[in-house]
Parts: sequence; C-alpha cells; structure tokens
Amino acid sequence: MRWINTRPSRGAQLALTLLPFVLLIVAYTMGSAARLAENANDKLLPGLAGFADAIDRLAFVADPRTGEYLLWSDTGASLIRLLAGLGISTITALVIGMLIGMLPYLRALLSPFVAVISMVPPLALLPILFIAMGLGEASKIALIVIGVAPTMIRDLALKALELPREQIVKAETLGGSSWQIGLRVVLPQILPRLITCLRLQLGPAWLFLIAAEAISSDSGLGYRIFLVRRYLSMDVIFPYVVWITLLAVVMNYILDRIRIAVFPWSELEKQA
Amino acid sequence: MSELVIEKVWKEYGDQIVLEDVSLTVASRAFVALVGPSGCGKSTFLRMLLGQERPTRGTILLDGEALPQEPGPDRGVVFQRYSVFPHLTVLGNVLLGRELSGSRYKAKLFGAARRNAIDEARRLIGEVGLSGAEDKYPAQLSGGMQQRLALAQALIMKPKVLLLDEPFGALDAFTREELWCVIRDLHTAQRVTIILVTHDLREATFLADKIFVMSARPGRVLAEHRVPFARPRQLDIMYDKGFNDMVQELHGEIAQARVAA
Repeated sequence: MRWINTRPSRGAQLALTLLPFVLLIVAYTMGSAARLAENANDKLLPGLAGFADAIDRLAFVADPRTGEYLLWSDTGASLIRLLAGLGISTITALVIGMLIGMLPYLRALLSPFVAVISMVPPLALLPILFIAMGLGEASKIALIVIGVAPTMIRDLALKALELPREQIVKAETLGGSSWQIGLRVVLPQILPRLITCLRLQLGPAWLFLIAAEAISSDSGLGYRIFLVRRYLSMDVIFPYVVWITLLAVVMNYILDRIRIAVFPWSELEKQA
Repeated sequence: MSELVIEKVWKEYGDQIVLEDVSLTVASRAFVALVGPSGCGKSTFLRMLLGQERPTRGTILLDGEALPQEPGPDRGVVFQRYSVFPHLTVLGNVLLGRELSGSRYKAKLFGAARRNAIDEARRLIGEVGLSGAEDKYPAQLSGGMQQRLALAQALIMKPKVLLLDEPFGALDAFTREELWCVIRDLHTAQRVTIILVTHDLREATFLADKIFVMSARPGRVLAEHRVPFARPRQLDIMYDKGFNDMVQELHGEIAQARVAA
C-alpha cells in the first residue's frame, strides 16, 4: 500500500501524538543527569528536583521583599497587558476590517495604508513608543496592538470580501440597507473568523509582550525571565517558559471551544 | 400588476458587445424562460434585471417605471449557489426578509410582529416542503432542500418578479424534477412573475409559458416560442410527442446559434 494511504489506528495516533513530548522530556532528563553527575552545582540544566524547588519558591512562598507570590503576580501583570492589547486589537480589527470589506470608498482609503502599516516591524517602533508614551503599561499594550491589529484587520477585511456576492445581492433583494446587511449578514459570518484570527495572533501577541517586558518593566513573566537570566537561573526560566506556553495553549483551546459553542453553524460548514 | 418591458437593450464592455438590441415583454404573472448557449449573455441580462448592472443603451421598465439602479425587494432572486445564509437556520433564513423590512436599525422583530412573521414563514416553509427542518442550518440540508429554502426566503418578500438563475443546475435529475413541481405550484399559488434562466430545455418547456432563445456573442433574441401546453402540467407530459417536438426544435435553434458563434 502507498504511504499516503496508510493511517494510524486510534491507539497509534495517541502514541504518536505523545511521542515528541516524551522524547523531549527524556532527552532533557538525560542531559541534565549527565551534567549534574559531572558537577552537582551545574546551573545550566537543573534536574526535576531543582525545578520543583524553584516552582515551590515562586508560586507558594511569598516574596520576602514585596509579600507577593511572584508567579501569580507576574502572570496577572502579563495577562492584563496581553488581554488589553488583544482586546483593543480585536475591536479595532472588527470595525475597520468590516468597513474595508464592505464599503468600496473606505477600501480605497484604508486598504493600502493598512497593508503598508502591517509591514512596519513593530519592535523597531518600541523605542518610539517608550519615548512617546513612557515606560508604563500604555507603551506595552500599544506594542501588542501595533503588532497584531494590522494583520487582523487585513484578515477580516479579506474574509468580509470573500463572502459570495450572491449573498449580498440576496440580502439587498430582501430589503436590507448597508447597515442591516452589515449587522445581520456580514458581522455574524466574520465573527467565527475573528476568533480564529485571534487564535493565530496569540503567538505574536506573546512575543511582543515578552519583548516589551524584557526591556522595561518591574513585573510580568517576561520581566522575570530576563531578570533571573543574570543569575543563570535556569530553574526559574524553564518553568516560566513552560507556563507561558501552557497559558497560550489553554487560551487557544478555549477560544476554539467558544467559536464552536456560539457559532455551531461555522463548524457544520467546515464539515460540509 | 408587474409587467416587465425591455426595450432595445444593449450591453457593451469596451469593444465587446454582450447583448445586442434585446427587446422583450414579460406579461404580469407570466412564466418566462431564457435559454441559449453559454456566453449568450443571459446571466448579464439577469444581472441587469436585478440592478447589479446597467444597460449601455435601452430601457427596462417594471410597471412603467425605470428599474432602480440597485437590487431591491421588488425583484426576488434564487441563484444556483450561495442563495441562503449559512449562519441562519431555515426559519431564520425565511424570517430575514421580514426582519430587514420591518425593523430599520435592529433588523430584528419582537413580540407580536415576530410571532406574525414566524407564522407566515412557517406557512411558506410548508409550501416548499421543508416542514420539520425549521431549526436546521443550510449545511445540514441537501442541495435540493437548500434551493427550496432559497425559494421560500425570496417569496416572503412578495416580489413582483422572481428571477431564477439556473437554480437547479447543481442538482441531480430526480431532485430537479421534484423542484420543477415545487416551482410550478408556487407560481400558481403566489401569482408572481417568474423569469427563469436555464440551459435545460426540458426544464424551460415544462415550466414556462414563453421561451426566448438567445444566440451567443453578441447575445440576441433569436426566437420566441409560446408554450401551448395546458396548466397544471404533470411530469409525464415530458413523454408526449408535442413536448418532445418542442424540445427538439429549441435544441436545433441553439445548435445553429452555437455554430454561427
């Protein structure tokens, strides 16, 4: 049988899914054990006990200086910035994207502009943001918005444009005005895409957040990672990276569940 | 009343003539079919009737008045595909016309107005044979059922003219014949003027009162046939000699038009 026609059974599929994760952990454990055997004080690849100790210290013991539980206060600070940035981006993208997709005049006005803006490397703007908006929360949130919103606007405008012309004409023959067609025909059909688009932008949003926190902050997950880097505290950095990844994976999953629960038809369309 | 008068209509794109001097009259409540080879401009013609495109020359009058320059509720349409909204249930799709015309800003009806609209929508859903499927989404319906839905959705607006753009082209032969009967009954019950664009000659002959044959490049009206068979017509009429003679004659005319083009 050809390779393209052979499929794994359910059990094999599960095993294959888990395999890379297991391999990664095994490889790390072996590397760590080898280094620790040579030098018990090695900081580069700490063992599992080192991680457990660091996690316990950060998550369950109050910081003697501030009285805060660092992992949770860092997570809170980062999530507020991330969600504020993503929230602003989402609303901007929805409004502007829909207008570009629906109205030829606004398309002529904004579409090339957004396309050019989306090519500006956001990190190159970070110094400008820090100078213009200060080192506080605003500049970090602004970086996420600048990094994420143009792509989302373009994606949603495309999606609105992709709606079959027949549907729009049909809505017109049902007496719909531009506003009504936007509200009842275009908006509900691009909302599922908005969620998917948001999921795809989670990665870039985290990237910009960590970058902003690394350069100037006094809390946050990115701040902590870059702070302890000075002490080569891999026992802190590794769990933080895993934790950030976990947060992103959970957000991604929850968003997709929301899409299926709120817009059941979008899943039916996919299967049809 | 809903008489449609098309007078000396031309459509040109630059040097290319798509429609050349098309004149025809569609009587109120008539069922007219346009047939012709591909490229004969029948889809362009339908888009002009919809208001999606304007004739380069000539006039189109509906009840003596010039057609508005964009689609509107006096002209309903069913396309071959994408006629229904995937994000609305069957009931939601049929209700939509009522909601758009009845509520300017929210485009949603509430209370008694909504209940009335739902009653009417359910009756139409019954008429096209979709009772019981009210809460399904289009993706859960077969192609034939989706086109039934598109018909009900268009008819709730009580349009003067219903335009059908190869509405059954994507369906299998049996479903197609079922839908011919649905259309036949709707035409009798709703007393709407129907213009059907198709390249299925049996479909045109079974359904229409009048058939216009068009030629390709440029599109012109080659011939006009009155369909003499009494109504209501049953499907077995298609085995009659008169019916088959007519289909053959149409076929011959289109074959010639294709050779000429």
